Amino acid sequence: MTKKVIMGFTLMLILLVPAMSMHASAQTSQSYTITGAGSTFVFPLMDNWRVEYNKIHPEITLNYQSIGSGAGIKLLEQKSVDFGASDAPLSATDMKNAPGVLTIPESIGGITIAYNLPGIDKGLKLTGPVIAQIFMGNITSWNDPAIVNLNPGTSLPNQKIVVAHRSDGSGTTYAFTDYLSKISPDWKTKVGQGKSVPWPVGTGGQGNAGVANIVKTTQYAVGYVELAYVFQNKMTYAFVQNADGNAFVEPTLDSVAADAAAAGTNLPSADGDWSQVSIVSQPGSNSYPISTLTYVMIYKDLSTVNGETQDKSTQVLDFLNWIIGDGQQYASGLLYVPLPDSIKKIDEAGLAEVSFSGGAVPEFGPVAALVLAIAIVSIIAVSSKSRIGFNPKI
Amino acid sequence: MISVKMKKGSSITDKIFKYVAIGAATYVLVIIAMIVINLTTGSAQIWQQEGISFLTGSDWNSVEGRESYGAAPYIMGTLVNAGIAMAISVPLSFGIAMFLSELAPKLLRTPLAMVIELLAAVPSVVYGLWGLLVFRTYIQNWIEVPLHNLFGDQSIIFAGTPFGLDIFTASVVLAIMIVPTIASISKEIMLAVPNSQREAAYMLGATKWEVFRIAVLPYSKSGLIGATILGLGRAVGETMAVTMLIGNATGAAAFPSSLFAPGQTLASIMANEFAEASQGGLHLAALIGVGLILFMMAFAINVVAHLLVSKVVKSHEGAVLA
Repeated sequence: MTKKVIMGFTLMLILLVPAMSMHASAQTSQSYTITGAGSTFVFPLMDNWRVEYNKIHPEITLNYQSIGSGAGIKLLEQKSVDFGASDAPLSATDMKNAPGVLTIPESIGGITIAYNLPGIDKGLKLTGPVIAQIFMGNITSWNDPAIVNLNPGTSLPNQKIVVAHRSDGSGTTYAFTDYLSKISPDWKTKVGQGKSVPWPVGTGGQGNAGVANIVKTTQYAVGYVELAYVFQNKMTYAFVQNADGNAFVEPTLDSVAADAAAAGTNLPSADGDWSQVSIVSQPGSNSYPISTLTYVMIYKDLSTVNGETQDKSTQVLDFLNWIIGDGQQYASGLLYVPLPDSIKKIDEAGLAEVSFSGGAVPEFGPVAALVLAIAIVSIIAVSSKSRIGFNPKI
Repeated sequence: MISVKMKKGSSITDKIFKYVAIGAATYVLVIIAMIVINLTTGSAQIWQQEGISFLTGSDWNSVEGRESYGAAPYIMGTLVNAGIAMAISVPLSFGIAMFLSELAPKLLRTPLAMVIELLAAVPSVVYGLWGLLVFRTYIQNWIEVPLHNLFGDQSIIFAGTPFGLDIFTASVVLAIMIVPTIASISKEIMLAVPNSQREAAYMLGATKWEVFRIAVLPYSKSGLIGATILGLGRAVGETMAVTMLIGNATGAAAFPSSLFAPGQTLASIMANEFAEASQGGLHLAALIGVGLILFMMAFAINVVAHLLVSKVVKSHEGAVLA
């Protein structure tokens, strides 16, 4: 008798589940967690965006995992994050693995040639081909005529150059080798461009911090380091000849922005092929030539992402619209270069394409989950009890 | 009634016991099998592409369109790095173990042993950061630069520009890391030698060293080999600290030509490049292939260790096993 009562009660609870879940989805003060993963380079800025956005929208939390651009793209391909972030655009293979992904540039990075020469301040003048020869191991001494001729009046030491590069695969390397491949045919044929390349010489440090550490603590060292790290660590860095060839440009937020703005006019649209995009060596006398875009990547149809709901997808979209809009004001404080208007326009057009085609998926609220759990537990309890009930009779 | 119930109950517990034990034992086999299967299928692409030259080649190029992979420099780097670390740490560890088991007064033995075990528990990233930020400058200024200036670039093993991030520094820090492991196990093994052995030797008029040589050492030989192998296993697989210190050259430049040149090990190339290798590409297959090589190396070390130990055990019946 009691058994039947429990069974009936259980059935009733199960039938209640859909009703309860509808109620859960009707609630308005729902909180959302937006998930993103990828680039370590953009993490400080992303973290600041998380804090600032949470102030305006307390119901939104961002869970951004800075696990590396490649890993971020992997998670995007598995459709397990709302957006991925990468320092390099999707390659042709990646685009095949993840069709329908929009590329949204969200910040700009500049790469400096940092060095440690006792007694010499920032502003050593270098040209692209000379930088390529140094990193290929063809120029091995600081007083090589090629460097001395560019810097009359500076007494360069007769010391071996200690070359430092990134040991981990990285977007910084991708952008730096992009520049060297464009400016030096020799580099292009012998080394090439990629997130990790076969370095002919030098020592590898992990991350921008690792390379910055080697350069800072080793006399006569030279390495390529992201702009923000150089400023924060008060390192000395070279002025690099611009693409026009008429000036040596100091890397600053402004000069990197000038380069990006010049590139902004001939970028593809957000759903286009970005794999060949490069913004290095742009015209303009104040354009610092070694710069790169970093990207947020998002599915055009957000319903393909696992566990995505219509409500949440609008929140994701709102957040991304905010970071390319109001969020940009926080960039320069953290030594990131804010997006120029030409690139913002591409982003806005791209985000306008994002949709959610899955239709209304019934929300599975926490209350419904609890009810279901109780139902399952009681079924187990009833069935196990009935077996126990049989035991004494045997 | 009661006896029937008990019989039924005990057969169930017996069955549970049996399956739990079998399950626990199978777990190890399943994990190993899954690792081997995953490593083999994941790296199949690279073996098809490169064949044996993946083991013998020194090209390591992940640039799209020019991909070519050879792990020989990293295999050599791993062997040289672990070899130097073992050459430093084994004598040191045995010294510590000998002191603790044979010479140290009882009052000193326990605290010292505890300190050593504490050292074994320090995470490798701490050793790595300490090596990178502190130890490197000392090793550069006090050891590498003087040696380099003394012998010059003509001497092969001290050639290069010494600045502290190289095979030498990585090996020394690695040695420091594995000393506690080897020392604490060796100490336990030497302490496990029955005192009657020592007393017999003393009775023959042996000195302390002679007691150790004729009574303790033969008895604990196989155990000491076991301890050494454990240390070697850790040295070969150590990733974090080595990656921070070895200098991370790639391709032919990573070939360990000089003590003061940057190198690369199998573990460190994986740590460096895995996160950014693109999904389903040849680069990822190559890195998984590197993992397979490392796994095989660890396997070979263990097999050799077992052969050595069993050989020693045969020659000294009743020896203490690790």
